[in-house]
Amino acid sequence: MTTRLEKMARPESLLINMGPSHPAMHGTIRVMLELDGERILNSEVEVGYLHRGFEKTCEHRTYFNLLPYTDRLNYVSPLINNVGYVMTLEKLIGLEVPERAQIIRVLMSELSRISDHLTCLAAMAMESGAFTVFLYKMKAREFIWDVIEATTGARMTTSYIRIGGVRADLHPDYQAAVEKAILETRKVLKDVHGLLDKNKIFLNRTRDIAIMTPENAISYGWTGPCLRSTGIGYDVRKAHPYLIYDRLSFDIPVGERGDNYDRYIVRMKEMDQSLRIVEQCLERLRKSPSPVIAEGIEPAEAVRQGRVQRPAEPVSLSPNLEGSEKALYPGILAADSRYVIPPKEDAYTSIEGLISHFKFFMKGHGIRPPKGEVYFSVEGGNGELGFYIVSDGTDRPYRLHLRAPCFHVVAALEELIRGRMIADVIPTFGSMNMIGGELDR
Amino acid sequence: MKGQFITTKLNDMLAWGRKYSLFHYPYVTACCGMEYMSTACAHFDIDRFGAGWTRFSPRQSDLLLVVGTVTQKLAPVLRTVYDQMTEPKWVIAFGTCAVSGGIYDNYAVIQGIDQIIPVDIQIPGCPPRPETVLDGLLKLQAKIQKQQQDWRWKKRKS
Amino acid sequence: MEETKILETLKEKFPNGVLETTALLGDETALLRRDDLLEIVDYLRKKPFAFNLLLDMTCVDFPGRHDRFEVVYHVFSLALNRRLRLKLCVPEDEPVDSLTRFWKNADWLEREAFDMFGVPFRGHPNLTRLFMYDGFEGHPLRKDYPLRKRQPRIALRSPE
Repeated sequence: MTTRLEKMARPESLLINMGPSHPAMHGTIRVMLELDGERILNSEVEVGYLHRGFEKTCEHRTYFNLLPYTDRLNYVSPLINNVGYVMTLEKLIGLEVPERAQIIRVLMSELSRISDHLTCLAAMAMESGAFTVFLYKMKAREFIWDVIEATTGARMTTSYIRIGGVRADLHPDYQAAVEKAILETRKVLKDVHGLLDKNKIFLNRTRDIAIMTPENAISYGWTGPCLRSTGIGYDVRKAHPYLIYDRLSFDIPVGERGDNYDRYIVRMKEMDQSLRIVEQCLERLRKSPSPVIAEGIEPAEAVRQGRVQRPAEPVSLSPNLEGSEKALYPGILAADSRYVIPPKEDAYTSIEGLISHFKFFMKGHGIRPPKGEVYFSVEGGNGELGFYIVSDGTDRPYRLHLRAPCFHVVAALEELIRGRMIADVIPTFGSMNMIGGELDR
Repeated sequence: MKGQFITTKLNDMLAWGRKYSLFHYPYVTACCGMEYMSTACAHFDIDRFGAGWTRFSPRQSDLLLVVGTVTQKLAPVLRTVYDQMTEPKWVIAFGTCAVSGGIYDNYAVIQGIDQIIPVDIQIPGCPPRPETVLDGLLKLQAKIQKQQQDWRWKKRKS
Repeated sequence: MEETKILETLKEKFPNGVLETTALLGDETALLRRDDLLEIVDYLRKKPFAFNLLLDMTCVDFPGRHDRFEVVYHVFSLALNRRLRLKLCVPEDEPVDSLTRFWKNADWLEREAFDMFGVPFRGHPNLTRLFMYDGFEGHPLRKDYPLRKRQPRIALRSPE
């Protein structure tokens, strides 16, 4: 299979292949290089090694069923993908989400964003030789994942954000856990600043390497931290605010030169800003506490009573359903029974709840948005993460398309590494934060 | 009789040495890679089981850790990497996508890497918790101690 | 109204090129004629609109219609902070003009559309498959391509 590079290559140059099985923990991408000694004359990037047919699969699943697929797109910040998809659908339906659910969504998004940046920079530093930074950042990420796990049940791919709100309220001890995560992350960031910011070796590998001018970045459709490192301060959270971002105060760090070092420092500063947002969310949640769940009758007893009439006392649910009790529903989910699963107390003890539950899950029924098309975007870890949904009125999307931010960033890789040496490919590629699930869908 | 006692004890010692010094080749593709990074790092250390050293070359490793989804496009590459590894070699399928294709039953994904290469241990989970991974590793170590290999595969024409 | 000024101006300037404009759910959309795409895009890129970012390009397949594919572009103006959706309908195997002369990311976006749908782009420097491999026949995201039709590259141990 002759590639374009092979056809164009000069006869005296060396053709070398990097990937698709990379030691750099980025996933699978193939970079073919034409070398003259160590200098890269030309390159060709081949993607598609993780093309898992996300868009085609989504056409065969109902709107509710395809939530787990959205988790696995940008798998280092899975909750942000969830938020993006769900908000696109809510825009199409015209559904209002309660305030508390919005604050929880912002909290989870920002924790995911911090975990995304931690992973990206940890991998970039490790490949440049700074293995300690990798271990420190993974340690901080564990604390964040502990918070996410205690609320959602899973460390990574959570499917927590649901249409109309979130699946469950935050777990009772979330304050202490989130504060610990913030503390540990701040400690780690301070250490890493000390280790890398003025480190001569790191600066030699990243300063003035792979410089991207603002005009070129716009021509490539860059968004997110990579675009902000060139000097353009475009952030979807400020430009088209969604959820409660217009009521929170945070800054948008902007770089100067657009080289690898700027992409690194913009991400580090963004993590500080995300921590600020998390603290503000905690403050707001503290001001509006969720109702206390009273002890009630056992579920089996409630079902038995429900055969005669709806039980008068509250029902206590099994620990698996902690956080989604009926008393918490007004805070976490919208009140529209067409798009939201009814609370378990209703589903098992009353006929209306049972019918609601059935109609939600029955094939052909369930969430059926009006016909039309919609595009909505959120600020993902890499930039503007957009979803384009075409609906034909049935319970499955007619077309679901993802605007992947790192697709456009990686499209510029060939140009950025031309003329540089092989060793420059690694920090350049690392600073771009290519996520295979998002790039190849 | 005495000769057989010595050779079995020698085999046991070899197996003991092999299982506690596994060099793995992390063939990382997708989301499971994040849990692999967690397993390898300080919190859920994989190094305490002797398997900490990642060797990024198939020739230098004896455990192929296939992490994440393997697509049809990537299949020949996986086969090449497996063939380049030297004996004795073991394969762990990490994550449901490697075990059986996972939630992706479509035109682009191989439904389990055992369609291409023989697999010793299959670790389910989407993604599996690090404790599950370490449990799978311990099971592999028990298997190495018993020195079982998939001889049926070897008899086929590959 | 402020919202539809862009669409109104566009309709005035290109009465034949712009077939239809809508602004449902706040998304401004303009349906264009295939032949006028380059001219309209060139006009939109200049001031005062300055739509300088090509956010996205994709296709939607409507197999029943004569104009089978609907190519959808999302463009964004950093100066005005506004998005615009441009659509055009094209029958099967008919080419669409490539936007690689305006935006560099149109290169990969058009390759992806070609790979997944089979829409050829006129003027593209290197129109080859992006996601699928050499030897893959068909275009997966078309509605008549079955979801589970696999074309293995190497021999598998057992048929599924």
